[in-house]
Amino acid sequence: MENTCSQTPEQDALITERQHSIVTTGNTKTSINCTDDSLAGSVSQRACVFCGARVVLNPVTDAVHLVHGPIGCAAYTYDIRGSLSSGSEMYRRSFSTDMKEKDVIFGGEKKLAACLAELAEKHHPPAIFVYSTCVSGMIGDDIVAVCKEASLTYDIDVIPVESSGFISGNKIVGYRAAGEALLRLITPKEGEVIEKTRKLNFLGEYNLGGEKWVVERYLREIGIEINVAFTGDSTVKALKKAPGSCLNIVQCTGSMHWVANQMYEAFGIPYLDVNFFGAENTAESLRKIAAFYDDPEISARTEALIEREMQAVKDVNEKYRKSLEGKRAAIYVGGAFKAFAIIRQLTELGMEIVLTGTQTGKKTEYERMGSLLNEGTVIIDDANPAEIEKFLIEKKVDVMAGGVKERFLAYKLGVGFIDHNHDRKDGLIGFEGAIRFTKEVYATTCSPVWKYVRHEYGETDQ
Amino acid sequence: MTESSRNTCPDTVKLVNENQCHMCMPLGGVIAFKGVEDTMVLVHGSQGCSTYMRLTNVEHYHEPVDVASSSLNEKQTIYGGEKNLKKALDNVIRVYEPKVIGVLTTCLTETMGEDLNRIIASWRTETGNDHTDIIPVSTPSYDKSHTEGFWTTTREIIAYYAKSGVLPHARVNVIIPHISTADIRAIQQMLELWGVAYTMLPDYSMTLDRPFAGKYLKIPEGGTSPTEIAEMGGAPLTIQFGCTCDESISPGAYLRDTFGVPLVNLPLPVGIENTDRFMQALEEHTGRPVPDRLRYERGWLIDAMADSHKYNASARPVIYGEPELVYAYTCACMENGAVPSVIATGTPHSHIGPMLKERLTDAIEMPVILEGADFSMIEKAALDTGSTIAIGHSGGRQLAEKHGIPIVRAGFPIHDRVGGQRILSVGYAGSLAFLDRFTNTILEKKYASYRTLRREELLSKIAAVPCEGYITD
Repeated sequence: MENTCSQTPEQDALITERQHSIVTTGNTKTSINCTDDSLAGSVSQRACVFCGARVVLNPVTDAVHLVHGPIGCAAYTYDIRGSLSSGSEMYRRSFSTDMKEKDVIFGGEKKLAACLAELAEKHHPPAIFVYSTCVSGMIGDDIVAVCKEASLTYDIDVIPVESSGFISGNKIVGYRAAGEALLRLITPKEGEVIEKTRKLNFLGEYNLGGEKWVVERYLREIGIEINVAFTGDSTVKALKKAPGSCLNIVQCTGSMHWVANQMYEAFGIPYLDVNFFGAENTAESLRKIAAFYDDPEISARTEALIEREMQAVKDVNEKYRKSLEGKRAAIYVGGAFKAFAIIRQLTELGMEIVLTGTQTGKKTEYERMGSLLNEGTVIIDDANPAEIEKFLIEKKVDVMAGGVKERFLAYKLGVGFIDHNHDRKDGLIGFEGAIRFTKEVYATTCSPVWKYVRHEYGETDQ
Repeated sequence: MTESSRNTCPDTVKLVNENQCHMCMPLGGVIAFKGVEDTMVLVHGSQGCSTYMRLTNVEHYHEPVDVASSSLNEKQTIYGGEKNLKKALDNVIRVYEPKVIGVLTTCLTETMGEDLNRIIASWRTETGNDHTDIIPVSTPSYDKSHTEGFWTTTREIIAYYAKSGVLPHARVNVIIPHISTADIRAIQQMLELWGVAYTMLPDYSMTLDRPFAGKYLKIPEGGTSPTEIAEMGGAPLTIQFGCTCDESISPGAYLRDTFGVPLVNLPLPVGIENTDRFMQALEEHTGRPVPDRLRYERGWLIDAMADSHKYNASARPVIYGEPELVYAYTCACMENGAVPSVIATGTPHSHIGPMLKERLTDAIEMPVILEGADFSMIEKAALDTGSTIAIGHSGGRQLAEKHGIPIVRAGFPIHDRVGGQRILSVGYAGSLAFLDRFTNTILEKKYASYRTLRREELLSKIAAVPCEGYITD
């Protein structure tokens, strides 16, 4: 295999217009382009606005999620998340108005209204989220008006989510649409008073593989209750109590910073950024929360918990570090929050990050990312398979962390792969998640299977 | 608010589609295009469409599946997507250097009324590119399902390449429905055992199920070559496994009507009789008897059917998925004495209803037949009719999860297990493989619980008998 790793971004991009979306750390003159729409024909890994809204709201367990559009959008997101529920399973159903040609021509509002009637009568849900899609947005269906009327008729929350796919090529816009829908849901009606409590809300936590429950257990052990998570294992009723919390902790910043800001403005709830991915991050986050409550009892319990759990993590990491030290890793994930966590975890295992990037990172996030990495690391915004392939080969990557679409490309190139996506069935959060992560990194990076794969490539030096 | 044409189940009138059993038209188009040599697919619409179609394929095939998008945003939705489509063509050519680009519309660009032919012609004038084949296909997903997307695209590929005046040749056209790559290879192997030369379309057996070998290619080798497709009009015969396909989108009918190629439209060869029909067609075409190997395979299948017939007779399967597959599996089940309880397809436009009724005349109990179905309908019918086992794709996973109805996985997409692309069901050998999976699923379920179930059932019956007046000692 060739090893012609170039350091100047101008030579890196396969498509000229993508040059400024790829930078190399240490090359301080260039800053990354990360606000552009995806380039037509570049085979972006990004999804759409609808997708962003759908993934954020989906874990609201007892709500009906109705997609207003032709069948595809609902079909591709049917039960798509590994979010677990302690109660209702309603959220796992995928409802679609299944727009047909005549709805596109004559307008889909009537069908939407009829579908809402059917759903309200059949399921009596506490709330219905109505997602607009490309076509319903394009033909100008007034979903706000239809939802308002249905809301009055059936006396439940029927909430429009303005998530037409074409609004932007960036999922983040969909996160905002979801955030607006959530705020609409939790804003108390006139005259309604929400009781203030010492509980906190956990924003940007989706309970994949039960991840929220892991953190809930830690917090309970140190003496703090979670009011509700946005939106993992949440119910409509619990979400409506969110304004009564004394603190918001924000994990997935991409999806929830804006919501946290709005909740500060509207309800005076302060917020803290947390990150429970990786043992160090988890310990730091717990300390931050404990400090907010400023209670010696809580602090003491926090330190005891951290000490106990850290020891377990340390033992495991020491065992595997020997095999992983010096291996070269690539990271390509949806948002920067996840990238930061993985960079830190892999670095703790003695691995070198040689390539990283996100679908939706912001400029400040990329700057911070650059500061965490060694010189010469390639950073890509909105990468495509051709670029990922090129750098996996050039940078001689041993293991990659990413989502489903990248997985098999890595395998084809003889590169191990760590799943960090909606597809997961086992959580990666907290101390126990950190242990699982280390074991997975080892299992894939050091798998004997790569011997055969690389042999096919004619590599003999592995 | 009724739309009774959506299903033939008399007491179900519904509007909301809950848990989808089918996908959108361009998805079928993507798969068909992956069966043409050196092709890249470009979906004209917003970014999400291509991402979702990639994801669905990646999760099923466990292969990298690149699909480009023209990435339309609000501005282009208002002013038209011409500029984006042209730029997308440029970029796809720059990075992938394909010989063929398949361009599929989406519901968005169909609603906008984008004229692909005009845009492509204008792009050719501007760029001077006349060597890249660009095949536009209209796939409005508010109209039909991914099944029709597959057939329509296959037909359009032929319409683009096939020429008149081609010299007659001996290669038989073989047109397949959306089946697993293992099934494609099995059909090819049968043709090879017969010594029949063929042009198969679309052949995605190597592009969506790549053997590991050497250097990674952005567009994998394999697929039907345009040269061969161009000559399909000179073939002596078309064999199409597309009984449920409407004439208006039938690739075989196109070849018959345009070039006079005789069409033998067969059911997918799953089960004895359907495979016999395929063999018979080859016998008539070649004038030779069935090769020994296939005769043995037929014998092994019959032998196995006898071995497992009583187990199979105990099952009431619910069969769901794409019409062509559903019909074939129904036939195989009927031959094995397993009378289906529910037969369902998400596709509303196929010819499966009358075909099934004809096939089910001997059924001791008539199954519920659903067209244009979703999983809320399928689930209800399965429970109402006492289904004990399911045959179909991952969309039905809640049947197993919620109701303990185990699924024999078949069709597309299969994303909660590995090996969806390796599921073999066609031919005598494939039917036997299917039959064993089916029977063993029945047995596995039975053995997992029969001791407890029988004990509880029979002991509770004893306990229910009043014992007053009996001599107890």
